Amino acid sequence: MDMYQDLVVSLKDVTVRYRAPEVRIRTFKEYMIRILKREVSFKEFTALDGIDIEVKKGETLGIIGRNGAGKSTMLKVVSRVLVPTNGRVWIRGRVSPLLELGAGFHPELTGRENVYLNATLLGHPMAEVQARMEEIVDFAEIGAFIEAPLRTYSSGMVARLGFAVATAWEPEILILDEILSVGDEAFRQKCQVRMQDYRASGTTTFLVSHSMDTVVSMCSRVMWLDHGKVQAVGEPKQIIAMYRKGKVK
Amino acid sequence: MTNSLISAPDIYDSSRRGNAIIEELRGVYQYRDLILQLVRRDIVARYKRSALGVAWTMLQPLGMMIIMTLVFSNLFHRVEGYSAYLLSGLISWTFFSQATTAAIHQMVWGAALMNRIYMPRTSFSISAIGTGLVNLLISLVPLVVVILMNHIPLTWNVLFLPVSMLLLAAFSLGIGLIFSTMAVSFPDVSEMYQIILTAWMYFTPIFYPEDIISDATMRAWVFGLNPMYYLVKLFRAPIYEGKLPDAHTLLIAAAISLVTLTVGWVFFCSRADRFAYKA
Repeated sequence: MDMYQDLVVSLKDVTVRYRAPEVRIRTFKEYMIRILKREVSFKEFTALDGIDIEVKKGETLGIIGRNGAGKSTMLKVVSRVLVPTNGRVWIRGRVSPLLELGAGFHPELTGRENVYLNATLLGHPMAEVQARMEEIVDFAEIGAFIEAPLRTYSSGMVARLGFAVATAWEPEILILDEILSVGDEAFRQKCQVRMQDYRASGTTTFLVSHSMDTVVSMCSRVMWLDHGKVQAVGEPKQIIAMYRKGKVK
Repeated sequence: MTNSLISAPDIYDSSRRGNAIIEELRGVYQYRDLILQLVRRDIVARYKRSALGVAWTMLQPLGMMIIMTLVFSNLFHRVEGYSAYLLSGLISWTFFSQATTAAIHQMVWGAALMNRIYMPRTSFSISAIGTGLVNLLISLVPLVVVILMNHIPLTWNVLFLPVSMLLLAAFSLGIGLIFSTMAVSFPDVSEMYQIILTAWMYFTPIFYPEDIISDATMRAWVFGLNPMYYLVKLFRAPIYEGKLPDAHTLLIAAAISLVTLTVGWVFFCSRADRFAYKA
């Protein structure tokens, strides 16, 4: 038997190091002048420092830590947006990030046109979008508004449509970054149900949240990051207790 | 890990990625529907905002043509059908300047998205050129009208126009990619580019005839080193002159376009991994 058959994400010694100029250089002109004067010096900032973790199918991994601890960088590495400076990222399956409200939407386009745009942005072919259109509109509870320009939508409607598109296809890996506070109570419930269904059928989830209640209720495992290093990984309540005490390695 | 976990198609392994230049091409093919949607978004959004809609794309170059004809036709009255000469040059130049500028702006706009979702990073530049091509096709309508009004006959050689437009698009994409790559690090590149464009336009025979420079050696230097000279000529020949472009122009234009596109593609792709580090 293959001992890796359940493995979905594996990070080995993943390090992300930003090399930023000591003084922020904003223009090309300034850059050229400073290069000529030999005034450019760089300082390094390590956002992730030797992260090792293996995540299995169906797990929900919560990532907690203070601002700037490396949580978002971690999600970027898993979303394939950021190629690590060092180490190895191995991922099996399609990664679907749940975008912040309306990122990638255009106000002048109708709801339907925006669904096409957003779904192709997530890598789905047009034919597949067509096939799921009705389901998406139903789930978002948009009704006849689907033919109206997005700028006429309430923010709740935009959020619902965004969630409906992003989760219309069951992803192998789902990325949630502080965004489960979508719409009204009833719709939130609906979102929770959909997430639970996906989890039950094997979707692996990465969740970043500052709400410890959300983390406890959704995650099977929690990782505590600080200064780009893993402080602890394990059972949610235990790790949260350690995080609250705040003894950093 | 076992072999089956290394080569399966749905596996991403940051330590075993193929050549960035080829991978990007594959990505663009996979995401072709996204590029189509981006073009559609740009066209639809533009026309929804104005009452005149598509008409704007036709009226804009016509307005420019009328003004410039009023200003320059006396000066260049030796040019036969001056307004047609001007408009054919203006349309091809407008395509180049708008499409490349849009490609640079799209990178700045797209950066927010590219930091959240994976997508081929050339998508935005390619869609900008695509949008430009649609607008170029639309502006062929007023061009044909002006050509006929000037009693210039349309010939079958017009069928060569798609080749001219494709080479122009390839060149524009190459330039767009080069400047986009630079604009990711330095936002002022996009302003610098506008200045370059203005100067570049004056060095290209768009509103003046080539023989404005009477000295042949001088002419060869000024125009011969300007890629847009060949591309504008390639566009003008089949529709304004009613003949096929000469082999010399075609060869140089094709070589310049393909080399620029290749250089732009390689330059962009080899730096694309670093884009996410800049934001």
